[in-house]
Amino acid sequence: MNKYEYQFAPDSFELVGDKVDISKDVVAPVVPFWLDVWRRFRKNKGAVIGITVIVLIILMSIFMPILSSYKFDAIDSASANIKPNAQHWFGTDNFGRDLWVRTWTGTRVSLIVSFAAVVIDIVVGMTYGMISGYFGGMVDTIMQRIQEILNSIPTLVILTLLMTVLEPSLFTIIFALMFTEWIGMSRITRAQVLKIKEDEFVLASRTAGASEVFYIFKELRTNIYSQLIVMAMMTIPNAIFYEAYLSFVGLGLTVPNASLGVLINDGFNYFLSYPYMVAIPVVVLALLMLSFNLFGDGLRDALDPTMKEM
Amino acid sequence: MAERERILKIRDLRISFKTTNGQVNAIRGVDLDLYKGETIVIVGESGSGKSVTTKAIMGILANNAHIDSGSIDYVWYDEKTGERQERDIVQMTEKEMGQIIRGRKIAMVFQDPMTSLNPTMPIGKQIMEPMIYHYKNSKKEAYAKAVELLQLVGITDAEKRMKNYPHQLSGGMRQRIVIAIALSCDPYVLICDEPTTALDVTIQAKILELIQDIQKKKDLSVIYITHDLGVVAKVADYVNVMYAGKIVETGTINEIFYDPRHPYTWGLLSSMPDLDTNEDELYTIPGTPPNLAHPVAGDAFAPRNQFALNVDYEIDPPMFDVPGSATHKVASWLMHENAPNIQMPASLKHRIENMKKEGL
Amino acid sequence: MAEAKAKEPILVVKHLKQHFPINRKFTVKAVDDISFEINAGETYGLVGESGSGKSTTGRSIIRLYKPTAGSIVFNGREIGGKMSQEDIKELRTNMQMIFQDPMACLNPRMKVLDIIAEGLDVHHAYSSQEERNEKVYQMLELVGLSREHASRYPHLFSGGQRQRIGIARALILNPDLIIADEAISALDVSIQAQVVNLMKKIQRESNIAYLFIAHDLSMVKYISDRIGVLHLGHLVESGTSDEIFSNPLHPYTKSLLSAIPSPNPIVEKKRTSLTYDYKTSGLNYEAGTEHYVSDTHYVLGTDEDFARFQAEAGMH
Repeated sequence: MNKYEYQFAPDSFELVGDKVDISKDVVAPVVPFWLDVWRRFRKNKGAVIGITVIVLIILMSIFMPILSSYKFDAIDSASANIKPNAQHWFGTDNFGRDLWVRTWTGTRVSLIVSFAAVVIDIVVGMTYGMISGYFGGMVDTIMQRIQEILNSIPTLVILTLLMTVLEPSLFTIIFALMFTEWIGMSRITRAQVLKIKEDEFVLASRTAGASEVFYIFKELRTNIYSQLIVMAMMTIPNAIFYEAYLSFVGLGLTVPNASLGVLINDGFNYFLSYPYMVAIPVVVLALLMLSFNLFGDGLRDALDPTMKEM
Repeated sequence: MAERERILKIRDLRISFKTTNGQVNAIRGVDLDLYKGETIVIVGESGSGKSVTTKAIMGILANNAHIDSGSIDYVWYDEKTGERQERDIVQMTEKEMGQIIRGRKIAMVFQDPMTSLNPTMPIGKQIMEPMIYHYKNSKKEAYAKAVELLQLVGITDAEKRMKNYPHQLSGGMRQRIVIAIALSCDPYVLICDEPTTALDVTIQAKILELIQDIQKKKDLSVIYITHDLGVVAKVADYVNVMYAGKIVETGTINEIFYDPRHPYTWGLLSSMPDLDTNEDELYTIPGTPPNLAHPVAGDAFAPRNQFALNVDYEIDPPMFDVPGSATHKVASWLMHENAPNIQMPASLKHRIENMKKEGL
Repeated sequence: MAEAKAKEPILVVKHLKQHFPINRKFTVKAVDDISFEINAGETYGLVGESGSGKSTTGRSIIRLYKPTAGSIVFNGREIGGKMSQEDIKELRTNMQMIFQDPMACLNPRMKVLDIIAEGLDVHHAYSSQEERNEKVYQMLELVGLSREHASRYPHLFSGGQRQRIGIARALILNPDLIIADEAISALDVSIQAQVVNLMKKIQRESNIAYLFIAHDLSMVKYISDRIGVLHLGHLVESGTSDEIFSNPLHPYTKSLLSAIPSPNPIVEKKRTSLTYDYKTSGLNYEAGTEHYVSDTHYVLGTDEDFARFQAEAGMH
């Protein structure tokens, strides 16, 4: 038995229990929330690649059009339809416009649209969902019905109607997004609010006398924002795709303005003779959407630890 | 005592979990024996590792768990040939576990009957399913057996109840259904993980009595996990007190309740008020259980132990045999021959004497 | 506690009803006509099985629900109906609650300091930030935690520690009454004892009253001065702990007491619990009235029921 392998000191069997303070509480060490999130995020390879690609693309779309000597709408019929080479890295289009610059300008537009979508999501969707979920009852019923009606009208119909009134422009696209894009977000917010509303810590806050507005913000917001960040990240690829789709069917931006959708649409006309014209913006679009998806996924796992590791 | 047949033998089981906060040594060398027809109870606080131990026995550990060492040996007799088989399930593949062990040899009753039943399936179907899966029984056979099981667990109008959904039944009834499902494939070991904590007091005793009754009829061996000493007192033949991933005291029920030796057991027994407790303060074990993500130097209980010795902070005590008993073992340096003679607190001693008198 | 009992009761509940309409035809009568009083510095235990309405009672009293009918008088103010601003202030500062689930009762995204200080923040009960924090530190020390813990988030604490944070939060406004809704049921035995000791210590020091809602009878007996037994929304029996435990009259109380597990194997292995089923018992709670048994001991039943209960108990 191993009890004899140990060399006991003379005082080994002295009582120490009453000499040390045994009533001290042991609390787990502090790990800042964001550090914890970062640790988990870092482990997800896809998400890290995603954020890297996103940052790269954002930087490119900001600086490339500025740094390049070409203008995105400068027509030069002498150098039309040139394949990618040292002068024109992505080649030129039918009007001799440099596709390198046009691609990054287009990406910039797509990103602007997607960020606008996120802002709409958060401002409209979150507020709507919070009010609907928190007050419940009649308010909730009415708000949900309005939302369903809006959701049941095909977006394309709204858009076609809008186009008869408004000029196709960046603003119109964003305006169109405003009609339906926030609905997903408001649903998620509402569901979260409904769930948290009955949690004991919210009841505790009410028994302390917190007025409605006080705790709707303090207690609820802090507990739903991680879901919301993730949801917002997932909105971005949708919005980018939506813009591309609108431009492709001719309801988006008009020439000479560029967006990824417009570029794909233009390139599609010369698809057989000049495949690079459509391939490049499609690759950028796909990369962007994939990266945002990966990043959103990783963020969700990092922000939402199940905490049940045993 | 008639010859006891050992059907489950765990030796030096060590399990760790990989978490984002580092490695957690949840089980740190557990030995456990289960004999045919007997009941053992693992008692301990949350986080003591009692649930992890039984999950290991069932082979349903989480993905980030790793069995670092040890063996879990099952002994059984083949259904057809009657041949004696002994297998270490630590070495088994997941597929073998599913086919040979889980459900057929060993089954589990969980704490909350509401979450362990499928709310969208009639209960009859839920009882029949494992039989059809494991034994390839025909629907008819399975149906007949399901009705029989429902009767066994004390449900009247068994045939009618087969079509009920879980939400149509009361909490106690649901737990009976869970037990019926567990029994559907004739296991010889039943693990009950806090089977009564989610139930009302008036129903708790009924469920325990049911399990005891079935145990007798089917010659089952039962492992209970609980933190409720009342449950322990009612059902146990043997008790294992677990603390911080180790069994700190083991013995027959009378040894543990009337002759406890480990300071942690003293604390546990003292902290539950019985109906005669009138003191102004309940005895408590100070502090909180250790965080097993950090390495434990010496005895994990030492920081909360008012009877800690110097040696407790240096080396983990081995299991000492209590003189005069073949079953009673204690992991405490107080049992060492050189240790000072420390008795259990006077109030506990007084209480135990009262308990003995009360029983006579 | 003799001098405390001579005082005016701080909480008087009379004919409290709390019904929840499920749909047009069906209403759940969670609490149906119950009355009791709590004196200053006293612990009133409310026991019963799940669905008996004990948690609902607590929540109605603290006005998380609006009572369907009945009166609740707290510190001399009626708080059962529509409340004035002053009533609300009285209620929200002098009555607090400790919740059941130590995991769910603290906002996981707030620091312990801010969780405990919430009551102070809401009622602007401090003149400077230092004063606010100092009050929180004192509370933390009172419940056996140290001031360093104030800047941490709840998930770093164990169940018992969280429950003590919950107690600190309830105590910060110096309430007269704390409703402890199954406050210890989710904790381990040894930790339960820690929390109960703490609650008793606080009561001795500040003469606070508790409404202790639980299903664990041995703990209720230990902590309570008086006990009310709830079943199906009705208060079937009430009295001091001794009266209830030594002379239970109502068959439901009897079955409840017989079900208490004893940590004594010799007794426990022989124990058989009584069965009680309302449907087959022949009792009608709605027809019953409160009958006086002795001192503070009351039981619910019709006159015939009452005569039978007494005959069974061998009285008169």
